Amino acid sequence: MSDSVFSGGRLDRRRLLLGSAGLVAAGAGFRFPTPAIAQSAPLKVGFMLPYSGTFAKLGKFIDDGFRLYAENNAGLFRGRKLEFVQVDDESKPETATDNMNRLVSREKVDLVVGTVHSGVAMAMVKVARDTKTMLIIPNAGVNEATGPMCAPNIFRSSFSNWQVCHPMGQVMFDEGRRRVVTITWRYAAGTQMVEAFKEGFTKAGGQVLEDLALPFPEVEFQALITRIAALKPDAVFAFFAGGGAVKFVKDYAAAGLNRTIPLYGSGFLTDGTLQAQGADANGIKTTLHYADNLDTGPNREFLQAFKQKTGEEGDIYAVQGWDAAALLAAGLGATRGDWSARDKVIAAMRAAELASPRGTVRFNKAGNPIQDIYLREVRNGRNEFVSVAGRSVDDPARGCRAV
Amino acid sequence: MDIVTFAVQLLNGVQYGLVLFLVASGLTLVFGILGVINLAHGAFYMLGAYLSWYLASVTGSFALAFVGALAIAFLLGIALEEVFVKRMIGRDHLAQVLLSFGLILVIDELRQILFGKDVHSVAPPAWLGGSIQLTEVLSYPVYRLALCVVCLVLAGAIFYVLQKTRLGMVVRAGAENRDMTRALGIPFDLVNRYVFAGGIALAALGGILVAPVSTVFPGMGDGMLILSFVVVVLGGIGSVAGAAIGALLIGLTDTFGKVFFPQISSILIYVLMAGVLLWRPNGLLGKA
Repeated sequence: MSDSVFSGGRLDRRRLLLGSAGLVAAGAGFRFPTPAIAQSAPLKVGFMLPYSGTFAKLGKFIDDGFRLYAENNAGLFRGRKLEFVQVDDESKPETATDNMNRLVSREKVDLVVGTVHSGVAMAMVKVARDTKTMLIIPNAGVNEATGPMCAPNIFRSSFSNWQVCHPMGQVMFDEGRRRVVTITWRYAAGTQMVEAFKEGFTKAGGQVLEDLALPFPEVEFQALITRIAALKPDAVFAFFAGGGAVKFVKDYAAAGLNRTIPLYGSGFLTDGTLQAQGADANGIKTTLHYADNLDTGPNREFLQAFKQKTGEEGDIYAVQGWDAAALLAAGLGATRGDWSARDKVIAAMRAAELASPRGTVRFNKAGNPIQDIYLREVRNGRNEFVSVAGRSVDDPARGCRAV
Repeated sequence: MDIVTFAVQLLNGVQYGLVLFLVASGLTLVFGILGVINLAHGAFYMLGAYLSWYLASVTGSFALAFVGALAIAFLLGIALEEVFVKRMIGRDHLAQVLLSFGLILVIDELRQILFGKDVHSVAPPAWLGGSIQLTEVLSYPVYRLALCVVCLVLAGAIFYVLQKTRLGMVVRAGAENRDMTRALGIPFDLVNRYVFAGGIALAALGGILVAPVSTVFPGMGDGMLILSFVVVVLGGIGSVAGAAIGALLIGLTDTFGKVFFPQISSILIYVLMAGVLLWRPNGLLGKA
């Protein structure tokens, strides 16, 4: 039951999609003779992503974003061709270690890109540490991956749970909210997001009246909503996602609380759920490392290219896949396509500065992105940019000693 | 906690309990009368919600969606009884569990093919769309109150049919002694069919009625299935009155547990179930 709110495909059969995706010709390097080693063999990239189940769309967008970058920027890969292997992780932590081992031992991939679900990502991180496999996490925000479990060969192109919630503390305090109630599911991601918010909020001078939580993935909110009404806080900070986020926002509005007690949250409260939430989501303010209408050059180009290739509107997941490829290109670029010069590759990736669609992205010592966090507000069925909630926010990488 | 908040929480608990009863009553009926364990009960609950969402978005009318989804669920129940379930009557429980687990997989995949895996919401009918101001900040959706009324009426109807009508007498007689009922010339197989279809329809009805206050999402049946089993076991397997008491107990325990003992709220209903079973191993109103 651990994932059933998200789990359309909880019972889906296991699927292993091997290499049918084929090769991406990164056919640059006509002007200079590239070193022999660069042409020897294609670089094998293993995608371990959810290709079925409720996160299937997220997995596909990460995959599409990665390939799109590789196709559009072939020159940056220094003549190295990319070969892709796909494994469907089904967002199941129990099979994650086996799937990761298969990519590492049998497929002998040079780099693994994955995944969305934090529990699966933690299993991948453990294998990557033991086998020293290069790993780029394109979504899962679990703090430990770039905290106590950090390693030189582990990178993240997305965010940490701490990073997207901590800036909200100052934002809410500056908007005059002094007494706040938090509410989330009682599980790792929920606890980490709420703790990060509280850290920022109490540091700013605010007071958290009560932390409400219910077991994951329960959606019977009525008792806790009544509790909020009795406490009468200045505002509420919430983390839910998927079906739970839709129901919470609708229940909150149905109880009339949205008129008197403004709702704030981490971006996932209103990301990918707005169509089902409808007008009930209007006015909710959230923080995330992306907004639907970021008006920057790289974002316009990215959205246009993504639409052209897939026919769909790009989102944060596609951006995270795109940036994972950009990070790989930064590593290969430094060694002219020589992946075996591992220390140099890692050093170049740690020092990379990406002109991402979300803004400039650099990396900290643990491999987590240093990036701007945006305050967004739901208007016209979109998460529209309001302001920059935190500039160049860096995750503290607590407990990271390995690098 | 002041008296107003307490009253509202009481209302929350009762309302939750009534919905649980609606879903669990179908499960306990099918088990009590056919002797069949139906693990797919939660899947039919989900199917009802998805059907009502789909029909409401096509026809634009909640009433039409309500009738349509209920009819489809009932017909599906009749077809499944004819093709599969009647072969399961009298077989051991493992075979029944296997069949109904298979049905979960099939229904889940069908839902995926027909409706996709997105989260949806259903608008309540406009005349029930408002809300009543309870305290200065809290209001209560009219639809939730209507839901309570509908559940109470349905509960009354189920009791009336079972206890006061000839049909109910046949059903109870069949549950008591299947072979003797047949020997007396009562077409009990036909009764089986309509009871099973009725049970499926009750599960779907739960999904249809809950859709406007809940959301429609792929895993929604899983949690409801487990809660339904807790209700049925707590109340006594096969006892509709037991299911009603069990559902209200669960609803109130869950609601007040979340308020007073948030740290252990997730296990409270199971502690309650374990405690009741220690005291009465066959459930509150179960027969030994």
